[in-house]
Formats: sequence, C-alpha cells, structure tokens
Amino acid sequence: MIRIIIIDDEPLARSILKEYLKKYPDMEVVQECNDGFEGVKAIIQHHPDLIFLDIQMPKINGFEMLELIDQPPAVIFTTAFDEFAIRAFEAHAVDYLLKPFSQERFDRALNKWKDYRPSQNQKSNEAKGVTDALLESASELPFQKNRVVVKTGGKIKIIPVQDIQYLEAADDYVKIHTQEGAFLKNKTMSHFEKTLDVQQFVRTHRSYIVNVQQITRLDPYEKDNYRVILKSGAQIPLSKPGYVKLKAILGL
Amino acid sequence: MAATPLSTNKFRLYFIVSWVIWAALYVGVLVRLGYDVKTAAIDSVVSNVFLALASVLVINNLRYYLPRKEQFLYLLLMCLTVAGLWLVLSRWILLLLFGPEASHFYSISIPIRFGVAVLIIGCVMLVSVVWYSREEQKEFEKRKNESERLAKDAELFKLRQQLQPHFLFNSLNSVNALIGSAPEQARKMVQNLSDFLRGTIKKEENQFIRLSEELEYLNLYLEIEKVRFGYRLKTELDVTPEALECKIPSMLLQPLMENAIKFGLYGTTGEVMIGLRARKVEKELVVAVMNPYDPDTKIQEGTGFGLKSVKRRLYLLFGRNDLLEINTTKDAFVVIFRIPDAHD
Repeated sequence: MIRIIIIDDEPLARSILKEYLKKYPDMEVVQECNDGFEGVKAIIQHHPDLIFLDIQMPKINGFEMLELIDQPPAVIFTTAFDEFAIRAFEAHAVDYLLKPFSQERFDRALNKWKDYRPSQNQKSNEAKGVTDALLESASELPFQKNRVVVKTGGKIKIIPVQDIQYLEAADDYVKIHTQEGAFLKNKTMSHFEKTLDVQQFVRTHRSYIVNVQQITRLDPYEKDNYRVILKSGAQIPLSKPGYVKLKAILGL
Repeated sequence: MAATPLSTNKFRLYFIVSWVIWAALYVGVLVRLGYDVKTAAIDSVVSNVFLALASVLVINNLRYYLPRKEQFLYLLLMCLTVAGLWLVLSRWILLLLFGPEASHFYSISIPIRFGVAVLIIGCVMLVSVVWYSREEQKEFEKRKNESERLAKDAELFKLRQQLQPHFLFNSLNSVNALIGSAPEQARKMVQNLSDFLRGTIKKEENQFIRLSEELEYLNLYLEIEKVRFGYRLKTELDVTPEALECKIPSMLLQPLMENAIKFGLYGTTGEVMIGLRARKVEKELVVAVMNPYDPDTKIQEGTGFGLKSVKRRLYLLFGRNDLLEINTTKDAFVVIFRIPDAHD
C-alpha cells in the first residue's frame, strides 16, 4: 500500500485529488490536512510515501512546511498560480500540477513518480537531495525572504528576519538567536549568508552572522582583535575578514 | 512650435489699429511743431511702416529663439540694433523723398526718433516674450496632463489584471471538483464566476455606482470564496439603508474584501470571520472592512497589494491621500475608507 497525505487549505482541491486517486487501489490517503501545521504533524506521525502539497496555505506555505521536516517524503506540488514557485519547480525538474488539472495530467505525474520511485534504501537520500535543492531556491522567493519558520518543541514559530539578533553555527544546524530565545534550524550558515539581506546581516566570523542593527559597539579583544557587542549584551567573535566587511557596512 | 501673437485675427487687428493711431498722433505732433500736413504725413507713413515691419521681424524672431531668464542682454542688444537699422533705413528713404535740405531737420530729431523706436520695439519684445512663455507653459501643461492620463489608464488596467489569476484558477479547480461530486453546485459556481468576471470586464474604473449595486457584486465574490474555503470563511455585512444609496467608485470594495479574506485565511488557521460595516456620516460614506489577524504571522509579501491599489485609486480619483486608514489591534485588522460627497 502506498500511503498518501494531501495538504491543501481548500476542501474541494483535496476532494478532486481523492477522486483522481480512486483509480489506484494500491494508494491510500491516510490523512488530509488543512494547513502546514497539520501537515507537519501528520507527516511525522504517518511517514507517508508521497504527499500532495499546495503552496499557498494559511500562515506557512508549502515550502516552509517542508523545511520543518527532517526526512521529507516525495512531493507532488499543486498550485493555481505562482510564477515564482513554478520557476523553482522548473529549475529542479520537480513535477507539479497546475490547478485545475485533468485526470490524465494527474495520472502522468503519479506514474512518473512511481516509475522513478527509488528502491526503499536509497529512497530517503535521493528524495532529500532534490527536495533540499528545491527548498534552497524556494527560500529566495520574495514571499518567504523576510521570515524564517522554525519548529520548537512541537510548536511552529515564524520569525521575521528583523527580529533575528544573530545566527550561530551549531553542527548541522544554525542557532537563531532572538529576544525570545534561540531556535534551531536545519540549514547551513552559507544558506543564511546567501538569503539574508547583505546590508543588514554580516558574517562576522566563520560561525556567526550578526544583524547590523543590533550592534552597539566593537570592543578591543586580545591583541589586535575586536569583538562585536550587541544590544542584548551578547559578545560575538569578529574575524579579520569579518572586521573588514563590517567596517564597510557600518561606514567606519 | 508656438503660434505667433499675429496668427489670430484679433491680434492682427489690434496691431494694425494701434499703428494707425500711433501714426496719426505722429502726424499731429509734427503739425503742432510747425510742419505742413503733407510733410508730416509722409514722414509718419515712412517711419511707422518700417517700424511696424521691424516689430513683425522681432515678433517672429522671438518665436524661434526665446531667451531664458539670464539672457535679457540679448534682448537689449537686439532692440538697439533693430532701432539703429530702422533709423538708418528711414533716414535714407526720407532724404530721397524730401531732398537733401531735410537733412538738418532729420539730424536734430534723431535722438527722439531713436528713443521712440527703442521704446516701441522694447514693448513689442516684452509682449512677445510674455506671450511665447505662456504658450510654452500651456504646451507643457497639456503634455503633462496627457502623460498623467496615460499613466493612470495603464496603471488602472494593470491593477485590475493583477487581481485575477490566483482567484480564477483556484475557482476553476473547485468547479472541477464539484462537477464530479455536486453538479448542481458546480453549475451555480460557474454562473457566479461568470457574472463576477463579466462585472470586472464591464465596469469602467472611474464609474460611480450605488453601494447596493457594489454589494450585489461583492456577494457573488463572497459566494465563490465560500465554496472554495468551505466552513472556514464566515462573513458579516452590516450596512445601513442610507449607506446603501451612497455612490462609490466601482471595484473598490471588492479588492479590499479580497485583501481581508486573503489576509484572514492565510494569516490564521481555523474559522475566519470577515466583517463589513458601512455608514453614512454627514456627507461621507464610511466603510470598514475587518479581518482577524494573528500577530505571530509575519504578513506574507503581496497580501498588501489590494490595499495599495485601493489607496492609489482613491488618490487618482479624489486627489487625496487621507481617505484610507488602517488600524491594527491585537487580533484584528481593520481598513477604513471614506468616500467624500457620496450622496447622489
């Protein structure tokens, strides 16, 4: 049995998918979700083989939802109209359904997925590679550039980028420091360095990215080194190249 | 190129009449100084015909070369040169007519002739400069108005286009689903969608319609959205009878409702109540559109589009920037707009 989850905020959009799936007795819809919050829970609980995922959904969009899942399942995206998302799909040869779609188009997408479906043991790695690459470009889309969505103790939190004080590398994660505490995100430092506004966020050190607006002063530290002091009192190491970059942006 | 003042019959007449009067005065002055009428008349005709020709020359010259503020020295030089040339020319002709014995009389009157010529040509120049500047200004205004009108048309067209695709394709997707499960409802949805779209195409942007009419149209939209979003979307319309009779620009309310719905539905989870209240307050129609709001959600880029377009339209229609205001409370987002002079 192939286990499927449908995530879309429009009930009729879900029902058309279910209708098209009736042709496939080996496929079972284990859950339908109204939004990304339900989606995350359902995916963690059911470990589906395939999800149908809408992009525009309440509070967090489809890409942001996927970012919150460590081992994302295979995805067929469904969207009505979103030229940015479509560009991202095209760039990574990810199949997607443009609403409204026909049974034939649906069958094609599903069969393509079945044909290329990797065997069980390579499944996770390969699927994850494609999904990661897609999410990487999706995070540069205009509608999600200004915020970061994180999962914290089963809850989902949306952090506007201006609320970020600084970022700290933590093994495979990045620790996002805000006034309300620190949150972990499974992304790399270079990812944030690329997506965040370069005028506002500066990589001061291999392991640190600082929000320029949070800086109160630079303090001398050891020989000819400096440290960045934030409004919150946090002290951030400053490397030589970091010092040069920071000087240019602060206009020192 | 601006038309010369002499291109209209009215000004041509003024020009000729003024010269005739001036020539007559000229004769009068010479007679009173003791010259005979014939001599005075010939002098006047010769001098003034040439002076008038010089004026026409100056008027036409300025048409092609209008000096800017700092170049009045050019005007002065031109004035003196033309007056000097006129003096030489008229002297030559008068001496031909009267013979060399008139030379003495001509010589003693040179300063006064020159002075009069400078004054007259100076006046003509002044009038021409004012005329051409005004003409240029008019031309500029016309161009500016035209370009503004074009920009406005294009902008309104674009605004209207941008409202559509997401809504349209999702609605069609719902119809697609209903065809299998509830054909009657699918038919109703197609009908609503057609009526709604027809309304969008038909309506002139600057046309004013009754609020009651706009609400009918809005209801089509709300019914479509309710089919799409099912139980999640609830609406509450509170409009007084006088408000229903007020006139508002067409397609103004719908983008605001669309904005409220998008914002409400995509900014929160669970059931969403969208409110609309309209009242007539003195001469103004005041309309408030409310939607719930979750302060946790960072507003998605693009959802503010409806608001921006409405604000822009209010500005284009009424030339005022204070007609739309936005209030955010802890859990609600309220947009209030006012239509001045909203009575029939």
